[in-house]
Amino acid sequence: MTDTGIGARVRRKEDKRFITGHGNYTDDINLARQTYAYFLRSPHAHATINSIDTAEAAKAPGVLGIFTGDDLAADSIGGLICGWLIHSKDGSPMNAGGHPALAQGKVRYVGNEVAVIVAETHAQAKSAAELVDVDYSVHDAAVDTGSAQASGAPQVHEEAPNNTVYEFGLGDEAATNAAFEGAAHVTELDIVNNRLIPNAMEPRAAIGAFDQGTDAYTLYTTSQNPHVARLVLSAFIGVAPEHKLRVVAPDVGGGFGSKIFIYAEETVCVWASKKIGRPIKWVAERSESFQCDAHGRDHVTNAKMALDKDGTMLGLRVKTIANMGAYLSTFSSAVPTYLYTTLLSGQYNIPAIYAEVDAVFTNTAPVDAYRGAGRPEACYVIERIVETAAREMGLDPADLRRKNFVTEFPHVTPVIMTYDAGDYHASIDKACEMIDYSGFGKRKAASEAAGKLRGLGFSAYIEACGIAPSAAVGSLGAGVGLWESAEVRVNPTGNVEVLTGSHSHGQGHETTFAQLVSDKLGIPVDQVEIVHGDTDKVQFGMGTYGSRSGAVGMSAVYQACDKVVAKAQKVAAHVMEAAEGDIEFKDGSFSVAGTDKSMAFGEVALTAYVAHNIPEGMEPGLKEGAFFDPSNFTFPAGCHICEVEVDPDTGVTQVVDWVAVDDFGTVINPMIVEGQVHGGIAQGVGQALTEGAVYDTESGQLLTGSYMDYCMPRAVDLPELRLAFTETTCPSNPLGIKGCGEAGAIAAPAALMNAVTDALGVADMPMPASPQNVWAALQGAKQAAE
Amino acid sequence: MPSVSMKVNGSEVSADVDARTLLVEYLRSDLGLTGTHVGCDTSQCGACVVHVDGKAVKSCTLLAVQAEGAEVTTIEGMAANGDLHPMQEAFREHHGLQCGFCTPGMIMAATDMVARHGKDLDEATIRRELEGNLCRCTGYHNIVKAIAAAAKAMG
Amino acid sequence: MYEFTYHRPATVDEAIALLKSADDGKLLAGGHTLLPTMKQRLASPSDLIDLGGALATGIDVSNGCVTIGAGTCHADVATSSDVANAIPALAKLASMIGDPHVRNKGTIGGSIANNDPAADYPAACLGLGATIVTSAREIEADDFFTGMFDTALGDDEVITSVRFPVPAKAGYSKFPNPASRYAMVGVFVSSAKGGIRVAVTGAGPCVFRQGDMEAALEGDFASSAIAGVTQADGDLNSDIHASAEYRAHLVGVMARRAVDQATG
Repeated sequence: MTDTGIGARVRRKEDKRFITGHGNYTDDINLARQTYAYFLRSPHAHATINSIDTAEAAKAPGVLGIFTGDDLAADSIGGLICGWLIHSKDGSPMNAGGHPALAQGKVRYVGNEVAVIVAETHAQAKSAAELVDVDYSVHDAAVDTGSAQASGAPQVHEEAPNNTVYEFGLGDEAATNAAFEGAAHVTELDIVNNRLIPNAMEPRAAIGAFDQGTDAYTLYTTSQNPHVARLVLSAFIGVAPEHKLRVVAPDVGGGFGSKIFIYAEETVCVWASKKIGRPIKWVAERSESFQCDAHGRDHVTNAKMALDKDGTMLGLRVKTIANMGAYLSTFSSAVPTYLYTTLLSGQYNIPAIYAEVDAVFTNTAPVDAYRGAGRPEACYVIERIVETAAREMGLDPADLRRKNFVTEFPHVTPVIMTYDAGDYHASIDKACEMIDYSGFGKRKAASEAAGKLRGLGFSAYIEACGIAPSAAVGSLGAGVGLWESAEVRVNPTGNVEVLTGSHSHGQGHETTFAQLVSDKLGIPVDQVEIVHGDTDKVQFGMGTYGSRSGAVGMSAVYQACDKVVAKAQKVAAHVMEAAEGDIEFKDGSFSVAGTDKSMAFGEVALTAYVAHNIPEGMEPGLKEGAFFDPSNFTFPAGCHICEVEVDPDTGVTQVVDWVAVDDFGTVINPMIVEGQVHGGIAQGVGQALTEGAVYDTESGQLLTGSYMDYCMPRAVDLPELRLAFTETTCPSNPLGIKGCGEAGAIAAPAALMNAVTDALGVADMPMPASPQNVWAALQGAKQAAE
Repeated sequence: MPSVSMKVNGSEVSADVDARTLLVEYLRSDLGLTGTHVGCDTSQCGACVVHVDGKAVKSCTLLAVQAEGAEVTTIEGMAANGDLHPMQEAFREHHGLQCGFCTPGMIMAATDMVARHGKDLDEATIRRELEGNLCRCTGYHNIVKAIAAAAKAMG
Repeated sequence: MYEFTYHRPATVDEAIALLKSADDGKLLAGGHTLLPTMKQRLASPSDLIDLGGALATGIDVSNGCVTIGAGTCHADVATSSDVANAIPALAKLASMIGDPHVRNKGTIGGSIANNDPAADYPAACLGLGATIVTSAREIEADDFFTGMFDTALGDDEVITSVRFPVPAKAGYSKFPNPASRYAMVGVFVSSAKGGIRVAVTGAGPCVFRQGDMEAALEGDFASSAIAGVTQADGDLNSDIHASAEYRAHLVGVMARRAVDQATG
């Protein structure tokens, strides 16, 4: 290992520009003759558009153009797409319904794009929008997840009777029913996984620009996957041919899933830039982010677990209703199906599982992947029900888990996953030791003496990451393959540019990818430049989400480096007049075994480019590309334990301790991985303690439409987080990486709610454990006791 | 249009501005100082924090004309002669940033915090004092560490 | 924001003259309520009269009173050793408003004139029996806060200072709204020659005095004295963060904690 190679706590290369104010986010970019877009949005959750009169607005100062859904249709611009086709249990394909970028005929949620106003300034566009006269016939709205399918509920899309997108099933129903028959104990829970709003700190933004000289478009946008955006905008929406569209995702201020998707705003900015003949910029106001960024979670679930009398798990049955919102967003359909039901086995050997998921349309913002995407929901179901079962049966929750852990690998679950490697005992043992599990009773007594209720909660999570083997996801309905590409360009002077299809929006790829190259090529990290986020530079890539950049993206870099070394080895052998097999490459130097002859990596690179003396028939230069397609998902797993103290007078819950023991396989940069865990836990704590999107169930108005009402976790809400790692190597990629980006968000909610319910002595309570909800749960428990 | 003059990062600047122009808009659009960010519209996220006459304020909730005659320091003005400010150095050393969007506001808030509390900032005080700055990436863990370390270095 | 004409008068009199001549003029103090409201286009004054150069700032403690200039920002009150010595609960209250950056701009005059039902300062004014000094007169706090976002201020009247009598004991306990950090319930208690005051903010449409608690504390200024006093929830606010019932409960808890703080 070099001091900047794999495993080193290298300080981030990208930090300098961010700490000095020289980052380059989309809103920092200003093009010559730039104009500004403002989107007129629906104030109603559900309405028919009778007419849109733009005449007055068009005359307003500075207005350059106003466009509606009719204009998009006239230009044959297609609707936004959902790229994953799910089939119902009966084999029928999902009921999608159209999703025009600007509403056509109907609006289906508050914030739905109705028209775009383009003007010289943002203020002018916004003022003109007030002059657009839209005549609506307002309808009742379907808002609540659980009742969306009820007879008589307002219908969101004609194509989806009873608002049902699909009725999905996975597992063996008969075997699961049999497992429940004669089970000594059945634990049942009704669970709501609360709806979240992603809230990357940088609001979404886009600049569309059309070049009349080349007939080519450029889109600057806040994207986690610019190539996918280009593919969707060209092949499906039809804004421009792929080779005439450049998508640039510069510095992006956090994504957490919400910037994967291809939204109306960037589509319209690109398309309208040709109509206006000038670049068009749009930057979301935070209130627009709340209304229109794809939300996350929003499940209503009934779960039952069957156990025998000694606590051996026999079967699990889960029925979930998943809210898709008003339209199917880019990856939405996959989230509550293949990213959720497939993880319901948790870390446990459960012989029979059957899961059903009904996806429903409602008159709310689209719901799609948000950090963890399906896996936090699965973890919440399994870890809450296991904890509850232990309490009901009088068993120690750690012991009940240990008793049922999968210990032999590979392990095929009843929900189609093949766990490849893990040591679940190691993580729970370590976590128990770190938190001093046996000393909890004393701490609880001390809290009680101070008038506080103390609780402890486990979450032994597992996730499927490294998304994903292309053929496997293709067989499950994905519209694309989920490999990754890389190109390693060695310059004649020996420094290196790495072009990757992964996209960094906080993950630190410029550092960790450089560490890998440093390790592979034996050159310092400052000799390596990571290039990403520009479709004109990087040939193709699938982007960053699903904790895939390390396991998939870096593996492509790894393979490309191998190819570079292989060619360089041939060059070195030729120059040093040695057999290729006698060349050793170590610490950036090619040497002839058993001699003192050697060539530095840079010398070999120069030789390859000068090309005066390279093997006959060899092409000059030193540049190699690779595509890596993993053979399996990866399975990060671990155990989080948290302790909370509740003030019974006010209902305030304070997280007082948190330990996380994670197995991510190989860790490239522990400092960065720890940062990912910290952030993930904070988002999980946010879900369980403070956050929750609330719509008025009658009107469909978003009641948590700003930071005044949507409670983001703050520094005071979190304790110091104590982390440790265990390591089993992932066999499905050359680096042994499992991925770390989502673990915290997946593990944390269950740990926290297990702790809160333990503190309160209640079977269940809804997330978030806000002061009001905790107080209400305490009142309920008091009344039940009376 | 009213005119406004102020000193930004040590340089005298003046301009005629639309009265509606917020200080953050003036900094970003007129002066090209895009390190100061806008993350919300309710004066809560703190991405826009700058120093006005030595005090941390939210530049999204101040008209440019209200800063008439003031001395304004933005994130771009923190590194002197190419040397990073100890707070900038600490954020890098302790991995106190990921996506970087909240970072300028965090650093400006943090230096103000140290100026008011001195070098012996404890963890609880730092967490409480970060009430007006949101971060979605770091869980605040390393931000708290960075500020504590910088406070010592600045002391 | 809609367009407006900006003015920066040098004196309060000038400000009043501008206000009188404006179509729909609004006074700008710290701006931390008005500017966000204007950004959301929920307010559209024709003229914005910036009091930044006109209002008195500063704190004076004399004759048994703490007098604070209307333009004084929350941070200055929070960190004033004079305030901390005379009425520590008032300094504490100021230290809990908004966040550090907001406290550097927001002013006491602006807060009181706006009378947000969830603002902190109205609780201190009512809980201490303060006198609101304006360009035209002096108004007792008991008469000043007339309803949600409503005060006894006339159209062309400007708050110039606030005078707080120094009590024997006082305490302020706040339960912040988890999201906004405004008071979901805040209770200010004081014991002074003039009697006991218990003022509640955040819970109802306007800051109010809790008479039952004042009566109970009259004979025995201890939290135990109000342990059995309940707050009726009929007129209290109810929203996604707190039902009226929960707010009523919190009024009791915060009141007891405020008394403990005052006596502790």
